[in-house]
Amino acid sequence: MNLPHQNCPHQKLLSQKLSHQRTALQTAADIASGKMSARAVTEACLARIQAHENEINAFNVVMAQQAIAEADRIDVAVQKGKQMPLFAGIPIALKDNICLRGVPTSCSSKMLEGWCPPYDATVVQLLRQAGAVVIGKTNLDEFAMGSSTENSAFGPTRNPRNTTRVPGGSSGGSAAAVAARFAPLALGSDTGGSVRQPAALCGVVGLKPTYGTVSRYGLVAFASSLDQIGTMAANVADAAALYDVISGHDPMDSTSVERPLISASDRLDEGVDGLKVGVLTELCGDANGSANGISHDVSARVGEAVAALESAGAEVMSVSAPSVTLGLSAYYLIAPAEASSNLARYDGVRYGLRVERKNIEDMNIATRTAGFGPEVKRRIMLGTYALSAGYYDAFYNKALKARTLMSHDFAKVYKKVDMLICPTTPTTAFELGAKTSDPMLMYMNDVCTIPSNLTGHPAVSVPFKTGADGLPVGVQIMGPAFSEPVIFRAAAVIERAASNGSVISG
Amino acid sequence: MGRSLVGNPSVAPHVTSASPSPTVTPAAPHVTPAADSSAFILPAGWEIVVGLEVHVELNTVTKLFCGCLNIFGSEPNTNVCPVCLGLPGSLPVANRAAIDYAMRLGRALDCQVGRSVFARKNYFYPDMPKNYQISQYDQPTNVNGSLVLTDGSSVGIERVHIEEDTGKITHIGSSGRIHGAMYSLVDYNRAGVPLVEIVSRPQIHSIDQAKACVREIRAILLAVGVSDARMEEGSMRVDANVSVRPVGSCELRTRCEIKNLSSLRSLGRALFYEASRHIQLWESGDAPTQATRHWDEQKGKTVQGRSKEDADDYRYFPDPDLEPLQPSKNQIVSIDRGMPALPEARRQALVQAGHGALSTRDAALLVERGQDGLVMEAIAYGANPEMTVARVVNQLAVDGWANITSKRLAKLITMGAEGKLSLTHVKKVLVEMLKTDAEPEDIVQSQGFYLVDADSTAANVKQVIDSHPEEWERFCKGDDVERKKMTGFLTGQVMRMSKGRADGAAVNRLLQTHAHVRGS
Repeated sequence: MNLPHQNCPHQKLLSQKLSHQRTALQTAADIASGKMSARAVTEACLARIQAHENEINAFNVVMAQQAIAEADRIDVAVQKGKQMPLFAGIPIALKDNICLRGVPTSCSSKMLEGWCPPYDATVVQLLRQAGAVVIGKTNLDEFAMGSSTENSAFGPTRNPRNTTRVPGGSSGGSAAAVAARFAPLALGSDTGGSVRQPAALCGVVGLKPTYGTVSRYGLVAFASSLDQIGTMAANVADAAALYDVISGHDPMDSTSVERPLISASDRLDEGVDGLKVGVLTELCGDANGSANGISHDVSARVGEAVAALESAGAEVMSVSAPSVTLGLSAYYLIAPAEASSNLARYDGVRYGLRVERKNIEDMNIATRTAGFGPEVKRRIMLGTYALSAGYYDAFYNKALKARTLMSHDFAKVYKKVDMLICPTTPTTAFELGAKTSDPMLMYMNDVCTIPSNLTGHPAVSVPFKTGADGLPVGVQIMGPAFSEPVIFRAAAVIERAASNGSVISG
Repeated sequence: MGRSLVGNPSVAPHVTSASPSPTVTPAAPHVTPAADSSAFILPAGWEIVVGLEVHVELNTVTKLFCGCLNIFGSEPNTNVCPVCLGLPGSLPVANRAAIDYAMRLGRALDCQVGRSVFARKNYFYPDMPKNYQISQYDQPTNVNGSLVLTDGSSVGIERVHIEEDTGKITHIGSSGRIHGAMYSLVDYNRAGVPLVEIVSRPQIHSIDQAKACVREIRAILLAVGVSDARMEEGSMRVDANVSVRPVGSCELRTRCEIKNLSSLRSLGRALFYEASRHIQLWESGDAPTQATRHWDEQKGKTVQGRSKEDADDYRYFPDPDLEPLQPSKNQIVSIDRGMPALPEARRQALVQAGHGALSTRDAALLVERGQDGLVMEAIAYGANPEMTVARVVNQLAVDGWANITSKRLAKLITMGAEGKLSLTHVKKVLVEMLKTDAEPEDIVQSQGFYLVDADSTAANVKQVIDSHPEEWERFCKGDDVERKKMTGFLTGQVMRMSKGRADGAAVNRLLQTHAHVRGS
């Protein structure tokens, strides 16, 4: 079998296919029963980080001491015979835009370098209750704006599959951390594909949940109506179980939905027999060929994944949502508009960077000039323009209309099918620097993922074999609101199909 | 009920009373209606047009979007949390009580209360933690209300919207303003305090009406109980949009917005100054430019702030962190059901209870001070309405009359009305009642305020006449002015003899009788 990563200096690191490993859930069960120590699990992760982090740069902060101390507490609790929660002793990496009390949370921006939040994000509290051990804060595109993690103020993260390639973004550090087995679990945030796209490029599972099911309290805002914290893991079971842990109503987030919790992992193995799967022509192409901008090998893999679902009993049909093509334009108005307002608070007055000047306006300007990188500045300007008097209706309002149109289109589609399938990204991981000079080319990366953010619907990216370059391909399953249990079932089928007909082996 | 004076409204009780004793707390000057109105007379042919924006802090327990305490006067930056400091990652959650207060106020101002949306108002200023203010823009909570003033006129209310307050900034340095300051200190305790902004239509056409508008809004706020509405503490702040036009015209000319009006007095003076300035400009063939101007209380003038042309573009857009508010019909019905009696209704009730003994001005004042209930109850206990109103209006201030129950007040007034206590002593007993928790009859006893009996009063009068023949002569022969003067003198002598315990009315009657006997 062809090894996909001849160029990769990390063959040892990636000597096992991730999904062939034990799941974090199994490891947690072993820790809870005393078969394994939490400390050993954490130390193994820290050892891999020590060995390879130099090349990958997945982390902004590695919390070695705190993680070991936390693991020890778990071991003591196990020894005392306490009932242990789901992920007791499992290391988890947090994207560095999720607030962790007392630990620097920089959003990979000079603006917030060294800033320590005085409070924990809601998801952090939920992770603690679940026994997870936070092992570090991961690198990202500055303020989550980007698709390659090259926009980090602290240097790019590299793809563990091939370090000449980007890991995707903006949650590139989290995806790389899981792919490099620095941590079996990670949280990212997904505003336009920032969990799913890097998951696809690094060959891990990534979920963008239904908007409102995971609290945003403590997630540093990029575009509030689109942001959602998502789960990343080496396999579907862990990603689904992690979603069960972090989802639920939070009174601290007004956009959090109040509804009975339905586990996404309980019925994971029930398959897709009898479910209707729509193949989205706008993103998958049709009988006449691939969709615009989607590479042939990626399209081919998606086709195979569709076949896998069909052979598992799903009813497959082609469907169309014409407004999906408006997504990218609408997104690049709405997200920057909200960002321009969300990022106004970084002014040098209260926290973070301050560049001293003689008066307040000059200080604000000097601070923001020095603190923000070029992509962040570009989006603040775009968004400010889109909201300006005289342009609001032409840009922002029109984008909102496109968004509404898209929601109607998808609602219609979901009357016919239970889920949709399409690629997560147009291509596999690209070279570092390949798209940095052309923002539009970079933005095109998000064409398949953006629709779910605009509609608020859930979508999961699951690795399925590799492209022509031997790098991972991600297949995206989208569903209507609150359909996480269903799309995870499909993802599990695709995951099994990938390992059965494996192109990668140990 | 007060029988004796019913139907005798010509006697205005508080005019006949002597100047209040120095221990009496004077009523707060700003509640004296139209005290200085005569000072504001615009040149003939011109009319002022005013629209008001009244910002009011709601007196909820906690802030608008977080659980921090909404209290005034704490150590700087002690009532703060990640949300009201706008720390990265924090999110606002609307305070239901604040929303409810705002809707109650809206209904009290006769507004339509419907679906509303929070919007972000974007601009940079260091007192704003997020550099945007969560406010409401094109879909405010309350719209299309109206305000009925004490003179029966009404002013349209365009909207009453909800927004968060900013922090408080202190510029250290010579100017006290941001430019030229050495440094500035920011206290975010006020950041996130719930505010409502009441925006009137430009339907106010005199300075007195503008002041009456603010007074009425204040009275409504107090009646509904949603704010302390203290202009001095800044829990109620007024901005005024001012323009002028020729009398009889319906046009709306260029307006200026005046800020920093911290009292009704400032409002009146600023409006007069600004209107006069506009008139001067128009009359000299010039025109005012639309701008924000600050009222300088010391210099007594408005000063140009920034011109509206280069004003910020606030880039309002719906706040994606907050859900729209959608009150149900039931919610509105229950707000209406729980609505306390509002000032206009209370004024009418009071006038009715007074059976003509109350002027509308007294009624307005009593309602504004929240003393209408006290007066109505005292009257119900049988106190003379005129005397009750006179004493309450003249001797009770806005605050500090907690000891005065309607029952005690009625007892005191009745003692006076029945001639058991002189007016001077009624006043003095009331002063005591304000200070202590004692019954009026106990105070009368302990202070020896009982009236001397009629016989010794008569004897004293006789003695005074005999010992002051010259004055007595002038009393009997003099004209009205002279007689009045001598009445004061002779009565004073009688009072001195009886240590102030004679019945003044009886002394007067006795003097008349003696003069009548002598003269005939």
